[in-house]
Amino acid sequence: MKTRAKSGIGIRGLTIYGILYLVFLYVPVLFLPLFSFNDSIHISFPLKGFTVKWYEHMFANAELLDAFVNSLKVAGSVSVISTVLGVMAARAFTRYRFRGQRPALGLLALPLVVPGIILGIALLIMSKWAGFQLSLITIAAAHVLIATPFATFVMISRLEGFDPNLEEASRDLGESGWTTFWRVTFPLALPGIVASLLLTFIESFDEFILAFFLSGDEATMPLYIWSQLRFPRNLPVVLALGACILAASIILVAFAEWVRRQGVSPTPKSENQ
Amino acid sequence: MENRSDFVSLRDVSKYFGSVRAVDGVSLDIAQGEFFALLGPSGCGKTTLLRILGGFEASNSGSVHIDGANLTDEPANLRPVNMVFQNYAIFPHLNVRQNIGYGLRQEGLSAAEMSQRIDEALATVKLEGYGDRGSTELSGGQRQRVALARALVKHPKVLLLDEPLSALDKNLRELMRVELRALQQKVGITFIFVTHDQEEALSMADRIAVMSDGKVRQVDTPEHLYEAPATREVAAFIGSMNFLDGSVEGAANGMVTVNAGPLGKLQVKPSGDGAPAAGEAVTIGIRPEKLTLLDKAPASGDNVIKGRLTAASYLGERNHFFVSVEGVDAPISVASQNSSPVDHKGWIEGSEVWLTWKPEGARLLLS
Repeated sequence: MKTRAKSGIGIRGLTIYGILYLVFLYVPVLFLPLFSFNDSIHISFPLKGFTVKWYEHMFANAELLDAFVNSLKVAGSVSVISTVLGVMAARAFTRYRFRGQRPALGLLALPLVVPGIILGIALLIMSKWAGFQLSLITIAAAHVLIATPFATFVMISRLEGFDPNLEEASRDLGESGWTTFWRVTFPLALPGIVASLLLTFIESFDEFILAFFLSGDEATMPLYIWSQLRFPRNLPVVLALGACILAASIILVAFAEWVRRQGVSPTPKSENQ
Repeated sequence: MENRSDFVSLRDVSKYFGSVRAVDGVSLDIAQGEFFALLGPSGCGKTTLLRILGGFEASNSGSVHIDGANLTDEPANLRPVNMVFQNYAIFPHLNVRQNIGYGLRQEGLSAAEMSQRIDEALATVKLEGYGDRGSTELSGGQRQRVALARALVKHPKVLLLDEPLSALDKNLRELMRVELRALQQKVGITFIFVTHDQEEALSMADRIAVMSDGKVRQVDTPEHLYEAPATREVAAFIGSMNFLDGSVEGAANGMVTVNAGPLGKLQVKPSGDGAPAAGEAVTIGIRPEKLTLLDKAPASGDNVIKGRLTAASYLGERNHFFVSVEGVDAPISVASQNSSPVDHKGWIEGSEVWLTWKPEGARLLLS
């Protein structure tokens, strides 16, 4: 054991490291809302004065709103589709034993590690070859591909240790497979489902590379933001938009966490005498 | 009301998992209102058989009838049968009342009727006042009561219980044996329970089916199973038993004489009807407590064997001895009750001893 004084220095060092870490992590992010209220098109100190005109510009910008709605459509459908697929896959992986189970789980996780640019090129070539018109649908399809592994792993961690006797007990008490799902499986899996919807929504909402390769004439939000960076004058509007997205993300995460805490653990508590 | 003796009727039921015969041609009749145990070591097929009764496993062949109705292909949710799961499977997102009322939803009851049924069930299992408890705030014993109430509230024709006491600690387990038995007598529903614990089966059941390797080996009352096991296997599973091999020499005056080789000729009462034919290979089974240990040869008597004391242990209410006998592989186990306070003879391990028993204390088993 080291001396108390030395470990005290160690702890102080770690504390400073921790604070610096958080500063580097969050201060750049906090510049977004800060400059979004700054009355200047230049992103630099000193601040020129408070204004909400960038937000007014933002809401007046039809192109931006279109991109926002497009992203909502894509991310909304991606989160629902990949979560449904994830629930089904997770049930299969946790409830049944089948041949090729481990390789299947590994292959499922593969899109998480394949670089987005490779996936993007591959999907673009395939879409052209198959004659698919590039559109929001091709973007959504690509996003389902990368979001489903997330959804599956979130649901597997929720359904693992889910006592299969609970579903049997429900059958035993007279409920069919379908009503058992709604009365037992769904409420117990709900926190996982909400977490999965949220995670996959965000995954799709801010995805850029696949959307870049697979977009048709309609842009999603990240594509729109990218296109605006060429015009320095539009930068404050982009900052206002970023601030809104930041606020929405915080609210969504807080809500998901609240739902998760409402949930009951699906595993029975261990008996103490 | 006439109690049907074949209220639950299994005919030639088999279930295979791959090449494993988990249940192998089982036929059983269980009477209405009977407390019936399926007893056997783990892997003997007893739980699979219970799950076939509950509708959770489909049998590969055979039929299941309950109260005259063929339920072989009926799914679990449509059977007039309810189950108490080994870990009780209490719904964690519902409170006690909601758990108990879970199965009443399809019965089309009014809210008042449903509430009354739940109250009755709570009273039956002595959980009045616990209705609004969260299911995670319950002790093991209370969870078991909720599981019982949740099944009984459906008024099933048969209640299935999978190792109902194994999740409880030892003291509670012994108390619940008595309570479960009393509960069954009160509600009068046919209970079928699975256990690997012979004491549990002996103390609670009206009749016991002893199972091994997917087959039912013997179905009998606890007293008969213990006193008159049909086979060596059953005898060894229920309590412990010493086995002496020999062959039948003859029968006279209601006694069979067995030539047990180096042990000499032994007298046994034949089991069942009729004595086995002369020359047939048999095994004499003797329970440890039916043997008397002597430190000198008795003056007379038929069934006496000589051996050497290899181990003596004092166990408080009884002594337990092991005696090695020439010509018998396993040491013979002897139990003697310490009924009088100063009965400690100071047995010396290694000394010569004699064992004797009454002819009716032994059991003739066909090999």
